[in-house]
Amino acid sequence: MPEALLVLDQVVKRFGEHIAVAGVDLDISQGEFLAIMGPSGCGKTTTLRMIAGLEEPSEGEIRLNGKRINELKPWQRDTPLVWQNLALFPHLNVVKNVEFGLKMRGVGGRERRERSMNWLERMSLAEYANRNIAQLSGGERQRVAIARALVTEPEILLLDEPLSALDAHLRVRMQSEIMQLQKQLGITFAYVTHNQSEAFAMASRVAVMNSGLIQQIGSPREVYRAPANHFVAEFIGSNNILTGTVTASQGSQVTVETAHGTFQAPTQDPAPAQGDTLELVVSADLVAISDHAGEYDNVITGELISEEFIGSVITLYLDIGDGTVFRVQKQQHELDTLDYASGQKLYASWRPEDTYVLPA
Amino acid sequence: MSIDRVIAYLLRSWLLLALIFVFTPIIISFIFSFSPKHYPTLPLGGFSTGWYEKIATEATVLPAFINSIKAGVIVAVISTFIGFAAAYTDYRYRFFGKNFYLALALLPPTIPVLILGLVMLIYLSRISLVGELHSVVFAHVVYCIPFAMALIRLRLAQMNPDLESAAWNLGANSWRAMRDVILPFTLPSIFAALALTMAVSFDEYMIAFFTSGISETLPVRVLVFLGGRVSPRINAVGSVVFTISMALVILAQILLLRRRGGERAAA
Repeated sequence: MPEALLVLDQVVKRFGEHIAVAGVDLDISQGEFLAIMGPSGCGKTTTLRMIAGLEEPSEGEIRLNGKRINELKPWQRDTPLVWQNLALFPHLNVVKNVEFGLKMRGVGGRERRERSMNWLERMSLAEYANRNIAQLSGGERQRVAIARALVTEPEILLLDEPLSALDAHLRVRMQSEIMQLQKQLGITFAYVTHNQSEAFAMASRVAVMNSGLIQQIGSPREVYRAPANHFVAEFIGSNNILTGTVTASQGSQVTVETAHGTFQAPTQDPAPAQGDTLELVVSADLVAISDHAGEYDNVITGELISEEFIGSVITLYLDIGDGTVFRVQKQQHELDTLDYASGQKLYASWRPEDTYVLPA
Repeated sequence: MSIDRVIAYLLRSWLLLALIFVFTPIIISFIFSFSPKHYPTLPLGGFSTGWYEKIATEATVLPAFINSIKAGVIVAVISTFIGFAAAYTDYRYRFFGKNFYLALALLPPTIPVLILGLVMLIYLSRISLVGELHSVVFAHVVYCIPFAMALIRLRLAQMNPDLESAAWNLGANSWRAMRDVILPFTLPSIFAALALTMAVSFDEYMIAFFTSGISETLPVRVLVFLGGRVSPRINAVGSVVFTISMALVILAQILLLRRRGGERAAA
């Protein structure tokens, strides 16, 4: 099998005593949209900067098309980056910003202008070609930054939290624009973000990083439904995690006793033995809610402490005892029949087979 | 009227009085430089450019003026170049002893000019460079670099630190990034530094007095005038020096303040 477009092989980056990236293995294939996600300081930006050549790995190897590129200077590779703060050149107008990469590669004046204008048209920015950067709105600047990076028609585009400065509405619009662009161009996008919904919405594959290591890599669905460890389960904000001890194991099910009740969960291979400690993950969107009884076999009760609207989705926060918070996520219309108020006792329940047991 | 506004008016009046106090002698000197008489009296008794004609034809003034201009231009170019290099080093690199390097680079203006002039005289005479215009240039460059560096540092501090990396990322090597991004961005401050260092050199007296020898500059000539008989020529020479220096300083200000508005919106 030929090697992937870009390969990171046991890549380590140290800054003095501090280890930013602690041995990352990553294959990025031709044409995929990979999101690298994690909390700040997890090493995701450093990883991206090493791909761009702005940092040199302390150990390991980075290969592009099978060729080691560790020592190549940033200007010797074609790995354009869309910066978090965009880093547009304030002394150049829009079209000159876009032309920059072509000019540095010695493309002649007329061809340069033509190719840049094509990109500006594609990003519906043609009429702004001679404007100053300062005269553009946030979303327009964003598109200039993307056009500037893509004008050299690279094999891979790196994006470092490019949407973090935009307001929520614009962010969603830019997300779909970026996705469409990636589909049309068919080139590889490596997208760094701390925002889970952004990563899940856009990427075909998600790598979750923490403490300089990749914790899990897989499709958004895999990462969402089958987190590889406690960190990933916790980082995906909509999960409830319950720790307990196995009290019985019958056939395909185990019974787990936790501080908040006893629950059934599907067994995994190998089946846990009686007395083992397990972590159960319950996704907030798989939970039913009622004011009088549990709908499914696994029931937990709690007092409603707060609710949060995100468009049509409502998240209810229940206190299930000693300050532990349990999240339930529902469509707004599903809660129409439920009469609830703050401080009220509610029954949250879910199917045993919807319980995910974290690998030990 | 509220008490705050009263205080604001009082403070403004105080500032105005202070400015009048500072500028009165200069303005009076300027006015009397156009007096036809030998002694300053009021009313002026006419308007005359006689003193300017006189200094223009005086054998000692014109060479001094030319010396000052020459020294000023050369000092401005050299000290702005070195000041830029020093400021860029500070902006770009982190290294051991950087604070010491910065302190050293910004030190000369804190040394009393009398001392600086004297040690320059001793030093330059040891290496047989004293008494020529290039001695003044050498000493003034040492004195002016920190001014240039400070102005250019200020501008670099306003620059998005990712801009240079962004240029590399788009295929510009270090040299192209310098030429196509750093230099255009700092250009206003480079011009401002040229104007300011030229102004500093142009009207600097003490260091020039010690190092110039026979190649005296205009401020040195003014003081030589003063040493002799007080003459309204001083008013004329003084006004020329003041006007040129002020013009350069104001030019530096304009260069620094221009375009700020637009960039703030972009930030």
